[in-house]
Amino acid sequence: MNVYTPIFILGALAFGFAAFSVVIAGFTGPKRYNRAKYDAYECGIEPTPQPIGGGRFPVKYYLTAMMFIIFDIELVFLYPWAVAFDQLGAFGLVAMMLFLLNLAVPYVYEWRRGGLEWD
Amino acid sequence: MNFTPPAIDYFALSPMIVIFAAAIVSVLVEAFAPRTIRRFLQLLIVFGALLTSAVLIVLNAGTRTVTGGGAVVIDGPALVMMGTIVVLSILGAALMAERSIDPVGDSFAARASSLPGSEDERQLTQRGYLQTEIWPLTLFAVLGMLLFVTANNLLLMFVALEIISLPLYLMTGMARRRRLLSQEASLKYFLLGVFASAFYLYGAALVYGYSGSIFFPEIAQSLTSKPSESIVVFIGMGMLIIGPLFKIGAVPFHQWVPDVYQGAPTAVVGFMAATVKVAAFGALLRILYVAFGGVRWDWDPLIWIVAVASMILGSIVALLQTDIKRLLGYSWIAQAGFILVGLAAASPAGLESTMFYVIAYGFATVGTFAVISMVRDANGEATNLAAWAGIGRKSPLVASALSLFLLGLAGIPLTSGFVSKFAVFVAAIEAGATWLVIIGVIASLIAAFFYVRIVVIMFFAEPTEQTASVVVPSAFTTISLSAGVAVTLILGIFPQPVLDMLSNAGLFLR
Repeated sequence: MNVYTPIFILGALAFGFAAFSVVIAGFTGPKRYNRAKYDAYECGIEPTPQPIGGGRFPVKYYLTAMMFIIFDIELVFLYPWAVAFDQLGAFGLVAMMLFLLNLAVPYVYEWRRGGLEWD
Repeated sequence: MNFTPPAIDYFALSPMIVIFAAAIVSVLVEAFAPRTIRRFLQLLIVFGALLTSAVLIVLNAGTRTVTGGGAVVIDGPALVMMGTIVVLSILGAALMAERSIDPVGDSFAARASSLPGSEDERQLTQRGYLQTEIWPLTLFAVLGMLLFVTANNLLLMFVALEIISLPLYLMTGMARRRRLLSQEASLKYFLLGVFASAFYLYGAALVYGYSGSIFFPEIAQSLTSKPSESIVVFIGMGMLIIGPLFKIGAVPFHQWVPDVYQGAPTAVVGFMAATVKVAAFGALLRILYVAFGGVRWDWDPLIWIVAVASMILGSIVALLQTDIKRLLGYSWIAQAGFILVGLAAASPAGLESTMFYVIAYGFATVGTFAVISMVRDANGEATNLAAWAGIGRKSPLVASALSLFLLGLAGIPLTSGFVSKFAVFVAAIEAGATWLVIIGVIASLIAAFFYVRIVVIMFFAEPTEQTASVVVPSAFTTISLSAGVAVTLILGIFPQPVLDMLSNAGLFLR
């Protein structure tokens, strides 16, 4: 048997299940349309405050996202470093500290320029 | 498992380290320095770092080394292009530092996030706010360019491509005047740029899949050692070169060029039109000559098609433009085609002529945009050609400088443009692409028409009441403009020292 056969079978099953669910939901599900159903997550809560007079989104979300990226990237690199810490030695330590220092700079910038104040 | 730290030649990398450290300090200045002295500190950091970097590049002359675990290669051509980028950045940054041309302030919006035409914007402008974030952005962009020409693997090259792009997308949208146009240009540049980056990444994945390595020399090795050529690697190569070709603005990746040239602040256009082109050609040369040098016959037709399309489309569409910045955008597209003619030669002469061309073009471009930023009417820069009628009679000196640049771009003898065009065409003929040169000469003739047309408008048309006036700039713009004039003339009359330097620079380190 080809080694790929299980993968193909799994793929076919996954595709079949997805198609089946979508089709069967259309036949059996209740159909009560209202405005909340058209929202992004259909949970009845506005995902963002609606922009006032001019169609702009508050920039706060962007700042939160930026913050997330700073720490997210940091973690992605910290884990492999932590796993191989003893082999990497002093070179790895210095490189990592430099990396953390560089990441601290945008964080400090955001803090000083008021990016952490929600209102 | 034993880990050996990669050998790093810190001195060879020092031009980049200086720029990077300065960029970090520059961000911290934004965070901590009081608003009143920020501009002064930033100018100090930017020019200090660029000059230091230039000196370090000169001290590195003759270095031929692969360092940083094989990721960075410092060789002759890389040093020449790094030097060019840094010097052009100094001139471009001088244009950005100019504050006495516009009565309101420098050429950047008081705060890029304020809504165009809003009360907020009006108040900030009145209070004389200055956007000093452009300086860290400039330094990061320069760092990206230096890495782009020295990258020796696909990953670092991608990172460099993004480090160049992201600051430039932002700086494009920061014009003080005609802000909507500027923001539109920024968005277009961003969306198309991201699209091109995705192509580059996919191409890199395919090339890696074929060769099993991301390092250029090893890719070259795998191409010659593997018995059967795979279609995958050629699809990958084609997608890979879309990244640099997009930055170059060659047809069919040129759609952003006219919009960005027209919308972005003129100083930023002067900076990026000159420097990014050097960086992008450096990267393209390295991909094609080092990684794919062995399969030259497979990529040559691609470059031919792109070169011919760029030359013809750029020259013809530029004929129809009435806005001088937009016209120069199309003219650049044509120039990109001419340079690609030299690059397609895939020979040492091709390498030298391409480098000479981007150097000559860079200095002429900085000068051109310096002049454009000085020609103004009540609404800011007068970019419509109608406003340029008779400028030569009102301000003969500035108009003559612009004429020199335009004639240089057209390739008239005794200017740098003639020598550079001659060099790329000779390289192409030696490589046997005479038909390409014939098309190039025809396109040059068409291009000469619209360059000369501007000169004619400036000197031989009667001034009307629409005619703009030329503002006297401060030392910043004057220095850029004078450097542009000097280099255009010197490279036109005594090109030999620079040509010698380029041939001494030798070939890429494989």
